[in-house]
Amino acid sequence: MKLLVPVKRVIDYNVKVRVKSDQSGVDLANVKMSMNPFDEIAVEEAVRMKEAGTAQEIVVVSIGPEKAQDQIRQALAMGADRGLLVKTEAETEPLGVATLLKAIVEEEKPDLVIMGKQAIDDDCNQTGQMLAALLGWPQGTFASKIEKKDGEIHVTREIDGGLQTVSLKLPAVVTTDLRLNEPRYASLPNIMKAKKKPLDVKDPSDYGVDLKPRLEVLKVTEPPKREGGVKVETVAELVDKLKNEAGVL
Amino acid sequence: MVRPLDFDSTRLPSPHTGESHEAWRRTVRAFVDREIAPYVNEWDERGEFPRALHRKAAEIGLIGLGYPEDYGGTSDGVDVFHSLIASEELARAGAGGLIAGLMTHGIGLPPILALGPEALKRRIAPPVLAGEKLIALCVTEPSGGSDVARLKTRAVRRGDVYIVNGEKTYITTGMRADYLTVAVRTGGDGAGGLSFLLIEADRKGVSRAPLPKMGWWMSDTASIRFDDVEVPAENLIGAENQGFAGIVANFNMERLSMAAQAIAFARVCLADAADWALARETFGKPLAKHQVIRHKLAEMLRSVLAAQAFLDHCAWRVKNGVTPVAALALLKTQASRTMEFCAREAMQILGGAGFIRGCRVERIYREVRVMAIGGGSEEIMLDLAARQSGL
Ligand SMILES: Cc1cc2nc3c(=O)[nH]c(=O)nc-3n(C[C@H](O)[C@H](O)[C@H](O)COP(=O)(O)OP(=O)(O)OC[C@H]3O[C@@H](n4cnc5c(N)ncnc54)[C@H](O)[C@@H]3O)c2cc1C
Repeated sequence: MKLLVPVKRVIDYNVKVRVKSDQSGVDLANVKMSMNPFDEIAVEEAVRMKEAGTAQEIVVVSIGPEKAQDQIRQALAMGADRGLLVKTEAETEPLGVATLLKAIVEEEKPDLVIMGKQAIDDDCNQTGQMLAALLGWPQGTFASKIEKKDGEIHVTREIDGGLQTVSLKLPAVVTTDLRLNEPRYASLPNIMKAKKKPLDVKDPSDYGVDLKPRLEVLKVTEPPKREGGVKVETVAELVDKLKNEAGVL
Repeated sequence: MVRPLDFDSTRLPSPHTGESHEAWRRTVRAFVDREIAPYVNEWDERGEFPRALHRKAAEIGLIGLGYPEDYGGTSDGVDVFHSLIASEELARAGAGGLIAGLMTHGIGLPPILALGPEALKRRIAPPVLAGEKLIALCVTEPSGGSDVARLKTRAVRRGDVYIVNGEKTYITTGMRADYLTVAVRTGGDGAGGLSFLLIEADRKGVSRAPLPKMGWWMSDTASIRFDDVEVPAENLIGAENQGFAGIVANFNMERLSMAAQAIAFARVCLADAADWALARETFGKPLAKHQVIRHKLAEMLRSVLAAQAFLDHCAWRVKNGVTPVAALALLKTQASRTMEFCAREAMQILGGAGFIRGCRVERIYREVRVMAIGGGSEEIMLDLAARQSGL
C-alpha cells in the first residue's frame, strides 16, 4: 500500500495559550509550535504498517507556513519516506484543506490516507470526513485499532458507549484517536537521515485550489474564569440549586 | 511583549542552532517527560535508576551522540550544540545524579577513542554506545583530585601484563561500571609519567565500595582499590607516559557539558521560583509583586542570560575547532556560580516548601557543590585561567 499522512503545525500542547489583546486571535509570536499530536499518531501508525510490510511508501504532506517543514522533517525522522509542503501563510480551514488534499490524493494516488481526527488548535474534527466525502471514499474515524485483512481495512472506532469495528474497501480515509498507539521518538541518527529525504514545496495554485478563508472570526476571548465551588449541606439543597440557579433540571 | 518566566523563555535564542537541533531537543524532551521526569524523585530516594535506561537512551541516539558511526554512534551532521541540548534537556528533570550516572561514558570513553589502539576501540566502544556496558573514568585518588599530575596508582609492566596497585575515589558509576578507564603512573614523577589503562571491573584484585553523599543520590559513587591487578598490555590506551594530555583534553569537554547542565539547573530554579512567586500570596498580594522578590527573580534571569551567552560563545569556538582553555575554565566557574545563586534565591522564594524533599529546587540546592568541585573546582579553574593569562 501507499500511504498519505497529512500533518499540521500547531501550538505545542504544553503552551499556555494567550488571547491577543485586540481579540483577533491567539498570540503566536515566540510560541513553541509542534506537530499536531493526533497527526503524530497517524505517522506512527503508518510507519508501523511499513515495518510490518503492509505498506511500502509513506508520503507526508503539510499545508501551512514555510516553517511547517520542521513538522514534515519530524515525520521523515520517524520513518516516512517523502515530504510535501503546500505553502500558505493564510489561516487554514477544514474545507479548504480537504479540497487541496483531494487534489493531492488525485496526484499521489495513495491506497490509504491516515490523518489525525482533529487538530488541537481549532479542534474542528472535520477535515478527514470532508476529504472522504469529496473523494467519495469510505471513512473510518476515531480509530483505536487499524488492521489490514483480505484487502480491506478494519478500523476499530471509539464511539460513545464502546467500540465499533467497521471494514472499509480501499482506497479509504482513516482518522486517528488518542489510544491508537504511542508515537516513537525521532532518534538522532534518524533526524540526521531525514535531512536527506526529499521534501517538495508547492503552492496551492499548483493544484488550482484557493485557500481563501470562508469563515470570519468575530472575536476570540478567554474562557470564563472558573469560580470557586460551594459545598451544599443536603441533597434537597443540591436539587434546588440545579433547578433554580443552574437551570439544568 | 510579556513572556512569563519558564524553562524555555529563560533561554536566549541561539544563532548557532537550526532545525536538526530543535528536532533533537524535541526528542530528548519527550524522552525526559516520558521515561525520566515522572520517576526522578523515586529513583533519587532509592539511590539508583534502572540500568535499562541506558539501553533506552541508546535507542534514541543519546548515548552515541557525537561518536563515530563505525562504533555505533552518530556523528554525521552532529555538532557540539546537539550535545549541549542533550545536557540541557536532561537537566530539566532537575536531577543531576541522573545525568552523572546515565552519561558517565562521556568522560570514560573519549580517552579510548582519542588515543586507544583500534582493537580496543572495537571491543569497548560498541557495547558502551549501545547502552549495554557501562564505563567509568578513574582519575581522582584519596590523596587528591586537583593535582592530577601527582597521582599515585602505579602500573608496572611485567612481560605482557601490567600489575596495578593503588586506590581511586569519588568515581561516578564506579560500582556499576563494567570497564574502568584508569589514570596510572607508569613512569617517573609528574605529568610525564602518566598513562591510561582500561581495566575490566571484574578482574581479580579490583574491589569497590559505595560512598554515600550529599546529593546525586541516584548515581553511584565509589572508592575503588587495585591490589596486584593483572591487566593485559593491549589494554594500554595510547602510548606509555603520554596520558596527561588525554586527561586534560577530556577535562575541557567535561567542563563545557557541566556548564550547560549548571545553567539549565539555574533555569529550572528560576522557572519554579517564578511559578511559586506568582501563585503564592503574602500580605495581600502575590510574592512576585513584592519588590524584594521580583528583583530576586530579575537578578536570577540576569545571571542566567549572561552565563548562557558565554556558554553559546564558547561552544561556537569549540565547534570551529578552537579549544579556549581559559574561557572554558571561567565558563565552568560562571555556570556553577549562577547555579549556586539561583538555587539559593529559589530556595528563599519557596520558603519552607523548598526545604521539603521532593521538589526540583531542593534537590538542585544539594547538587550545587559537586558542580562547583567536580571536573575541576572553581579555585583550580580560576587559577588555570590566571596562568593562561600570564599571571
Ligand atoms: C560526586 C562526585 C563525583 C565525582 N566523579 C568523579 C569521577 O567519575 N572520576 C574522577 O576521576 N573524579 C571524580 N570526582 C572527583 C572530582 O573531580 C574531585 O573531587 C575534584 O577534582 C577535586 O579534587 P579533591 O576532591 O581531591 O579536592 P582537593 O584537590 O583536595 O582540593 C580541596 C580544595 O582545595 C582547593 N585547592 C586545591 N588545590 C588548590 C590550589 N593549588 N590553590 C587553591 N585551591 C586549591 C580545591 O579547589 C578544593 O576546594 C567526583 C567528585 C564528586 C564529589
